Amino acid sequence: MKRHFRELSVAAALALVLVGLAIVAPAFFQPQPLLSLLTREAPTLVVACGMALIIIAREIDISVGSQFAVCSVAAGLLAAKGWPLPLVFVSSITLGCVMGALNGWLIAGLRLPSIVVTLATMVTLRQGLNMVRQGEFVNLPDGVQWFGMSQVAGQWTLVAAALVLLVLMAFATRHLAAGRFVYAVGTDAEASRLAGIRPQLVTFAVFVLIGALTGLAAMMNIVQSPQVQPASGAGLELKVIAAVVVGGVAISGGRGNLWGVFAGLLLLACVSPALTHLRIEAYWEKAIQGAIILLAVVTDGLRSRKQNK
Amino acid sequence: MRALKGVSFDLQAGEVHALLGENGAGKSTLIKVITGAHQPDGGSIEINGERITQLTPASAHKLGIACIYQQPALFPDLTVAENIGLRLEPASAIRKVDWPARRTRAGELLKRIGAEISPDAEVRLLSMPEQQLVEIACAIGAGARIVIMDEPTASLTQKEQHLLFAVVKDLRASGVGVIYISHRLEEIFQLADRVTVLRDGESVGTNKVSEMNEASLIKLMVGREVSAIYPPSESEAGEVVLALKNLSCAAGGVRDVTLEVRSGEILGLAGLVGAGRTELARVLFGITPADSGEILLNDQRVRISSPQEAVAHGIAYVPEDRRRHGVILEVPIAHNMTMAIHRRIFSGAWLRFGAEKQLALDFIRDLGVKAYGPDAPGGSLSGGNQQKVSLARWLATKPKLLILDEPTQGVDVGAKSEIHKIIRRLAKEGLAVLMISSDLPEVLGMSDRIAVMRGGTIAGMLPGKSDAHTVMAAALGQTEGVK
Repeated sequence: MKRHFRELSVAAALALVLVGLAIVAPAFFQPQPLLSLLTREAPTLVVACGMALIIIAREIDISVGSQFAVCSVAAGLLAAKGWPLPLVFVSSITLGCVMGALNGWLIAGLRLPSIVVTLATMVTLRQGLNMVRQGEFVNLPDGVQWFGMSQVAGQWTLVAAALVLLVLMAFATRHLAAGRFVYAVGTDAEASRLAGIRPQLVTFAVFVLIGALTGLAAMMNIVQSPQVQPASGAGLELKVIAAVVVGGVAISGGRGNLWGVFAGLLLLACVSPALTHLRIEAYWEKAIQGAIILLAVVTDGLRSRKQNK
Repeated sequence: MRALKGVSFDLQAGEVHALLGENGAGKSTLIKVITGAHQPDGGSIEINGERITQLTPASAHKLGIACIYQQPALFPDLTVAENIGLRLEPASAIRKVDWPARRTRAGELLKRIGAEISPDAEVRLLSMPEQQLVEIACAIGAGARIVIMDEPTASLTQKEQHLLFAVVKDLRASGVGVIYISHRLEEIFQLADRVTVLRDGESVGTNKVSEMNEASLIKLMVGREVSAIYPPSESEAGEVVLALKNLSCAAGGVRDVTLEVRSGEILGLAGLVGAGRTELARVLFGITPADSGEILLNDQRVRISSPQEAVAHGIAYVPEDRRRHGVILEVPIAHNMTMAIHRRIFSGAWLRFGAEKQLALDFIRDLGVKAYGPDAPGGSLSGGNQQKVSLARWLATKPKLLILDEPTQGVDVGAKSEIHKIIRRLAKEGLAVLMISSDLPEVLGMSDRIAVMRGGTIAGMLPGKSDAHTVMAAALGQTEGVK
């Protein structure tokens, strides 16, 4: 109970918001808009799972938005060429792995700070994409949107896929030795090294993983529309990092779990529709999300200060 | 535990007063009190006959107290002149910097102490002794009346030492009082006028150096009986587990170490701080791999270039600073205990919580760890129990050679004797134990044989029942009476 206090308090906040909405704006719970909301958040959740591991390992990756855009456009072009959809999925994930491996090699291999490396790859990938594509949209052939199914079936598929992935990853971080290595390295890389764990390998692996997840998320995004926007994924890194931090993952590494991240993501995602239903101007969305992040960080800070006393 | 108990110390103008004592005798604490970093609980401080009530680092600075530490506290990316300027110029943030004057003053100060350092040199490009000279220049520039030097020669070459000694003698001639801390007795006889020996936080006497000799000084430093609280040795040394032949590692400061450890034996590794004991352990564990010499494990020549390889060869290393490199405080003790043996107890990729819990429970019972259970986070345990968890992690690897680095540092008396019993039992079970300790009674009470290190190499091998005097003499480089 005490160990998961942080996760439980995010879940409680989410429950409070949902109960409040049920009383004040029951329209929020209409199935179709709610399903659409979850579908929009599904790719974000997939990337957030990867980001949680990155931050638990005491690193950061701010290039996920750009990786997302590169994967989206590349996958769109392949689909437009008539490649079968499963092959496009594999290609997008592989491309994500390659970009993640590049980040991982620079950070773990050359021991450069991740904030600088991923800042550089973020800008380079985004600008490279703009240069090559000149802002062109990619039109997708029929049969790609919603996997060629009805919209509702497609939406359910995506939400279910994201949830299955969440469960698998949450299980793996707890029950795989590799998952524990990530926590160990994030808490104390030197102690881990003395215990025979290879911190550099762990760091490299989490960057490859977030690349793969970003590639998958890009696919989950492009099947939602008939076109690929070249600017897709802009601001994704902020959204994802916010969800991870609100969900109780310590930015100093070594602490947190994916269920908290899930709750944090939903809490932030509720803000915008809630405002609509409460007839508050949409300008407030960012301000309220910012306040939630600040609240999470401040409570973490106060709590750890109390513990250190 | 008190770090200092009723210490009286006086320093006259124009003298060099040496401060001597074993590791942990209270020298650093005394210095911290004099420089205002620590507040004394009782007693008084007088400077120039004036009683000082509240000494803070800032007021100590104003009173002309300057301390030159082993590791100079300079800003590496600034130039020498800038560093000196930061110390000596008024501390207001908004003022115009007079660059030429700053440079000239730095140049003059450096010239006064005979240092050939350019004021424009960046500090990070200077050698350690040069940085110390810059510190001394700061002290002189501040008009210091009391200069404290904490092991200033620890990292200096012979030539640099002579330069430093000349500076110290100059300081004395100009009426400055110098407090000089060193482990090297010969320096004390060369430089100091008087010497105060600290032992277990108490002053055991201030004497004129001219009235002392090396033997009498060592006697003052050690001067206590080894109490009989240590469990008796029950094991017999078996075959050689570890043999080192001319092992050297330039990066770690270990040179030409030849050593044998047998199964069932506790080999104590004694020496003063900086003698290269931890460094030797880190070489053996593959953290800073050796660059020449041989390591033989059970008569097999091995190369150890990473901790993983060391573990694979059956070497376990319980590191010195358990808070930094041992127990992960946020993580349950069960996870801490299995950290080094993942591949062994979890065949395949999946964790088996049942096996892990059983192993943790076994160790908790076996070593008498006081914790509410295997799920208790490492941080919730006392120091002694954390040390047991750290020990458990390494015993879980089923090692042949166990290296313990300061196994009872910061551990209370009760837990200390429990840990001693555990170490004895492990030796009896046939483990070869290499125990590094700065606690001289512990080395004397626990070791079957004692290797004394000095300057990165073995200065002497002594039998287990040696007296403190002989060990201290070897650690200080007085070789008479050492076989």
